[in-house]
Amino acid sequence: MRVSRSELFAGRAVLLVLVAITVLPFISIFTTALHPSGDVPPGLDWPADPQWGNFLEAFRVANMTSLLVSSVFIVLAVVPISLVISTMAGFGIGLLRIPGARWLLLLFIFGLTLPFEGIITPLYFLARSMGILNTRLAIVLPLIGLFMPFAVFWMRAHFVNMPNEISEAARVDGASTWDLFWRIHVPLAMAPIASLGILMSVWAWNQFLLALVLVEDPSQRTMAGALGAFQGHYATDIPLLSAGTIVILLPTLLLFIVFQRQVISALLQGSVKG
Amino acid sequence: MVGWLFVAPALVMYGLFVLQPLVLTVQYSLYRWDGVGPATFVGLANYADVVSEPRLIETLFNAFRLVIFFSLIPVTLGLVTAAIIQRVARGWLGTVSRTVLFLPQVIPLVAAGIIWGRLLSLQGLVNELLTAIGLGGVTRAWLGDFDFALPAVGVIGIWVLLGFCTVLLLTGMAKVDPALYESARLDGAGWFAEFRSITVPSLRYEVGVCVTVTVIAALATFDIVYVSTGGGPGNATAVPGIQIYILAFLERQVGLASALAVVLIVLVLLVILPIQRLTRGDA
Repeated sequence: MRVSRSELFAGRAVLLVLVAITVLPFISIFTTALHPSGDVPPGLDWPADPQWGNFLEAFRVANMTSLLVSSVFIVLAVVPISLVISTMAGFGIGLLRIPGARWLLLLFIFGLTLPFEGIITPLYFLARSMGILNTRLAIVLPLIGLFMPFAVFWMRAHFVNMPNEISEAARVDGASTWDLFWRIHVPLAMAPIASLGILMSVWAWNQFLLALVLVEDPSQRTMAGALGAFQGHYATDIPLLSAGTIVILLPTLLLFIVFQRQVISALLQGSVKG
Repeated sequence: MVGWLFVAPALVMYGLFVLQPLVLTVQYSLYRWDGVGPATFVGLANYADVVSEPRLIETLFNAFRLVIFFSLIPVTLGLVTAAIIQRVARGWLGTVSRTVLFLPQVIPLVAAGIIWGRLLSLQGLVNELLTAIGLGGVTRAWLGDFDFALPAVGVIGIWVLLGFCTVLLLTGMAKVDPALYESARLDGAGWFAEFRSITVPSLRYEVGVCVTVTVIAALATFDIVYVSTGGGPGNATAVPGIQIYILAFLERQVGLASALAVVLIVLVLLVILPIQRLTRGDA
């Protein structure tokens, strides 16, 4: 494609402006975090005496160690279970084509459009009657359920495209349905399973509403839920709030930079399939 | 029969923690209940309140206004940005801008809300930049202003969703046959004619996905508003999610909260289904 010099210049200029607009907020929150605690600094100002200690202070008051433990616990509880049961369901609906598969698929797809806040009120009362309110289970169990529409849809899309010959060959060799699933199809499905795992980890880590409503103690919440509580406590101390935001963001940002290719392609495939 | 055993665990979790609460929401919506004492059946009275009480119905209007910012602008601007990257930045600049623009999509929305709360405050960067270009007269605490709070929340949505739309549309553009562009060039088409008559129509499916995802994000927004404005000032940025939360957990009007929730669920379905039909119809 031939592109004129002026178009090249104008296009790249627009792009750089957009990149700057995306990055400036991060820079502003960073310089703010370096100002003395309690100040109300200007939007973009490198302080004369950068208070690097703010990050340590935020790490301490946000109870970062227990937060990390809590969030990792929630992700490790939600993601593997969700992966196993959604892969099984995707296999049943997409490959075994069990009777009623169409209806089951529609039932799960319906859940794709459901806003979480639409069912948050009964979830609260359910968790209360199950006695799990204010424990991490109150986030873990509903989150597994809420991930099912997307996860099943995603895995079904993989299995429905698998050629029948593979299964038939295995059947001839006398494999049971479970062998067919576990020994043959799961190894072949590792790529979509990995993408789904990345996606659900990001979503669980960033989940806010469930944490806000179902768990009062921030140290039992997800990262995003804890950040909400942190903002509630330190809304007036802008540098400390900024430092806390960065400390809480850092794990996500680092992971994204390391795994950006996988995260982006997973999120995109996810939405295209959805 | 064995097949059903494979589906059962997922179906049980989905049934227990999504379908059951969904049915309960509908049931609650027919009662007046404070969450503790006995509940009184009131029929459709809660729904009548949803459509007649300004502070409830306004949340629905606000949600639809946010569609402009969360959906229309990111999708349009995303198309333009993707076209620019495709034409003039195929090398490292394209890679870098793609990654950077995508960044807001992976951070928690709560963090986006806090960051922009700072930027849009009286001493924030937005006002500083406005003053620098001679617009000092329009500076204000954007999120606390009755007229500008909703658009200001909308700006946060644009920032979060632009990268997602750009990258998604870019993958669609990569699949368009270059020969189409060549022949358009031979016919003397300019970049805009090319954009309008080749790029956009070829991307119908990707645009459909972008619109679906972003419209749901607009109608079901919660995190950003909760952190940046809490729904205020007054009712200026109250969206259904916020109002459901306030009604159910602060005012203990469980029935009314549930009626609003049902209305929201139905509205999202009503908006999404036609979009899906339009973009997938004969694809």
